[in-house]
Amino acid sequence: MDALLLSRIQFGFLITFHILFPAFTIGLAHWLAFLEWRWLRTRDGKWRDLYFFWLRIFAISFGMGVVSGIVMSFQFGTNWAVLSERAGAILGPLLSYEVLTAFFLEASFLGVMLFGWNRVSPKLHFFSTCMVALGTLFSTFWILSANSWMQTPQGHELIDGMFHPVDWLAVIFNPSFPYRLAHMVLAAFITTCFVIGGVGAWYLRRGVHVEEGRRMLKLAVAFAAIALPLQVLVGDLHGLNVGEHQPVKLAAMEAHWEAGEPGAGVPLVLFALPDAANETNRYELAIPRLGSLILTHSWDGEIEPLTAVPASDRPPVAPVFWAFRIMVGLGMAMLLLAMLSTWAWWRGWLFESRWLLDGWRLLSPAGFVALVAGWYVVEIGRQPWVVYGLLRTSEAVSPNITAAAVMSSLAIYATAYAVIFGAGIRYLLGLVRKGPLPYEESPDTEGGDRTPARPLSVGDREDAHTEGR
Amino acid sequence: MDIATWLPVAWYFVIGFGVLMYVLLDGFVLGLGILAPFAEDGDQLDNMMNTAAPIWDGNETWLVLGGTALFAAFPKAYAILLSALYLPVLMMLIALIFRGVAFEFRFKARRAKAFWGGAFALGSMVAAFAQGLILGALVEGMPLEEGKYLGGAFDWFSPFSMLTGVAVVFGYALLGAGWLILKTEGPLQAVARGVTRPLVLVVVAFMGLVSAWLPFLESQVMARWFDGGNFWWLAPVPLLALANAVLLWRAAMRKGRDAGPFLLTLSFFVLGFIGLVIGIWPNIIPPSLSIWDAASPPSTQVFTLVGLVVLLPIILGYTAWSYSVFRGKVRADAGYH
Repeated sequence: MDALLLSRIQFGFLITFHILFPAFTIGLAHWLAFLEWRWLRTRDGKWRDLYFFWLRIFAISFGMGVVSGIVMSFQFGTNWAVLSERAGAILGPLLSYEVLTAFFLEASFLGVMLFGWNRVSPKLHFFSTCMVALGTLFSTFWILSANSWMQTPQGHELIDGMFHPVDWLAVIFNPSFPYRLAHMVLAAFITTCFVIGGVGAWYLRRGVHVEEGRRMLKLAVAFAAIALPLQVLVGDLHGLNVGEHQPVKLAAMEAHWEAGEPGAGVPLVLFALPDAANETNRYELAIPRLGSLILTHSWDGEIEPLTAVPASDRPPVAPVFWAFRIMVGLGMAMLLLAMLSTWAWWRGWLFESRWLLDGWRLLSPAGFVALVAGWYVVEIGRQPWVVYGLLRTSEAVSPNITAAAVMSSLAIYATAYAVIFGAGIRYLLGLVRKGPLPYEESPDTEGGDRTPARPLSVGDREDAHTEGR
Repeated sequence: MDIATWLPVAWYFVIGFGVLMYVLLDGFVLGLGILAPFAEDGDQLDNMMNTAAPIWDGNETWLVLGGTALFAAFPKAYAILLSALYLPVLMMLIALIFRGVAFEFRFKARRAKAFWGGAFALGSMVAAFAQGLILGALVEGMPLEEGKYLGGAFDWFSPFSMLTGVAVVFGYALLGAGWLILKTEGPLQAVARGVTRPLVLVVVAFMGLVSAWLPFLESQVMARWFDGGNFWWLAPVPLLALANAVLLWRAAMRKGRDAGPFLLTLSFFVLGFIGLVIGIWPNIIPPSLSIWDAASPPSTQVFTLVGLVVLLPIILGYTAWSYSVFRGKVRADAGYH
C-alpha cells in the first residue's frame, strides 16, 4: 500500500470516530439548554436531575470530540500538504473562523457549565449552557461550509494551480452548503433524540427512573415526529442539489450505469451488487420509473448515468450505493417508529407497549450509523476528486511522506483510539446504567468522604456515596 | 508600503501572539502533568488537576487557532512544516489526546484511576518534549528547493532538537509550579515552592546552552543577534530575562505573595519568546522561506484579519471572565460545589 491509500484510510478512520462526538454533542447541548430552562421555569427537581445526568454524559462526549478534533485540524498539513498549499487560502480562513467563533466560545463556557453551578447565578449558568449550544451550531456552520466548498467549489479563481478567493460570500454560501447544513444539523439532533428516547425507553422497560424515563421518551417522540418528516424533505432537496451539481455522485448512489430507453425513466434499484469492471449491476432488483419520480420529481425524468464519464472520473460505486441505502433504510425505520409512537401516545399506550419501548432501545444508535453512512455517501461519492472537478485526491497527498511513516501513524492512531474510545464508551454506558440521581445540596459536609474533589460531578460524588451505602 | 507587504507582517505577529498564548496557557497546564510525579498521593494529584479542570480546554484551543491561522495566512508554511515534521507532530497529538481525556476519565475510573493519572503525566511530558523538538527543528532550519522540502522523515532528529525538547519540558514545569503556588495552599503549595528554585536554575542553564549553540547552526537563525551593532540594541532582552530570573528566584520562597512566582514565570517566557521571534524574522520557515514567500493572497489575509480583529477582543474578554469565575485557591478536600 502506498502513502496515498494509507493517508485516505487514516483520514477516513479519524473522521469517522471524530464525527460521532460532535454529532452527538450538537444535539445534546441544545437538550441541556432545554432541560435547564425547564428547571429554571418550573423549579421541578426532576429537570435538574436530568440536567446533571446528561451533563456528565456531555462532558465525556465533548472531551472526546475535542481531542479527536485537534487531530483533524493538523491532518490537512501532515498528510494532504498539496491540498493545504493549493486550497489553504480558502479552507484556512473557514477553519479559522470556526476556531474564533465556536471553539473558544464552547471551551470557555463549558468550564462554567461543568464547574460553575455554585459559582455563578442560575441565569448566568443557563446563559453559559446556551453559549455552548450556540458554539456547536457556529462550528457546524463553518466546517460544513468548508466541506461544501470542496463539493461544489465557487467564488475562487485558479492561478498556477492555487485557489484564490474572489468572492467570499460565494465561497461560504456555495450551492450545496444550505442543503448540507440543514441535513447535517437535523441529523445531529435526530441522533441525540434517539439516544435520549432509547435511554428513557430502557428505564421504562426495566421499571427504574420511571418519571425521568417518561419525560425523556415523550420529548423524544414529540421531537422525532417533527424532525424526521422534515429530514426526509430536506434530504430530498439535498438529493436534487446533488443531481444538479454532482451528477456522477448521484448516479453512483443509485448504481445507474446506462441511460435507458428514451421516455422509460430511471428505475429505483432496491438491491444490486454493482460491478464496476463490467459497468453493470448483478442481482438487480428494481422498480421501474420510481427512481425518476424520487430523483427528478417527474415520471420520465433522466439522470446522467455513470458511463457518461470515463471510469477514471467515477467514484467507487458499491460503497456509495450501499451506504446510501443504509442511511435511507435507517431513516425510514426511525420515521416509522416516530409515527407509531406518536399514535400510541395519542391512544394512551406509549409507555405500556413493550415492543415500542424495545423499538426505541434498538434504534437508539441508529442515528449514529445513519449519519456515518451519510458521510460515506458524501465523501466517497466525491471521489476521485478532493475539490470536486478541480483537484484529484491522488494529487493532493503530501509528496514527502513515506508509506512507512503513514503506516506507523495509522497503527498508533488505531491503538490510541481503541484505548480512548473503548474507555470512554465504557464510562458513558456506566453513567447511563446508573441513571439520573437526586441532587444533593452542600455535599461537602456529608460524612467527610474524601471523594475526588471534582465538581464535574455531582455524579462522581454520588458514586462514592452510593458505594458507601 | 502596499498591502501585500504589510499584511504578512501583521499575520506574523498574529500567529506569534497565538503561539505565545498557547505556550503560556497550555504551558502551565502541561507543567502540571510534568510535575505530577511530585504529587505525594492521588488526592494531591486530584487537587493539581482540579486547578486547571475548568480552563484547560480553552487553553488548548490556542494551539488550534495557531494551526488554522497558519493554514489561512501561510498555507505553504503549514503544508511544509506539518508534513516534514510528520512524526513529531504525531507524537504531540497522541500525547495531547491522552492528556486531554485524562481530565475526564481519571475522575470516572475506579480501577483504572492510576492508569489515567499516568496518562496525564506521561501525555504532558511527551507533548511538551514534542513541542520543544518541533521548535528545535524549525530553528535549525528546513532546507527547501523550489518550495519543496528536501529532508527525510527523520531529519528533525538532532542533538539540538533533543536539547530544545528537554528545555521545553523543564520550562513548562516551571510554569506549572508557578501556577500551583498561585492556586493551592498547604502541603501541595510547599511541594510547588520546593521545585521552583531548582527549576529556575535548570531553565536558565538550558536557555544559556541553547543560546550558545545558535551561532553554530547552519540556518543562521539568530544571525540577526550578532550582525553589526545589533547585539547592543537587542541586549536588553537577555539582560531583562536574567533580571527576571533573579526576581523569580527570590519570589519563589516569599510567603504571602502567591501570584508573584507565576507572573514572573510568565514574563520570563514572554522575554524568551521575543528573543526567538526576533531571531526567526522575517522567515516563517528558516533558513529561506520568508513570510512573503509563504503568504496567501491578500483577499484571504484581509478576510481573516477582519474576523480576528473583531473576535479576538471578545474571546479575550470571556476567557478572562471564565478565569475570574474560578479565581482563588482550590482547596484540597473540596471541589467547587
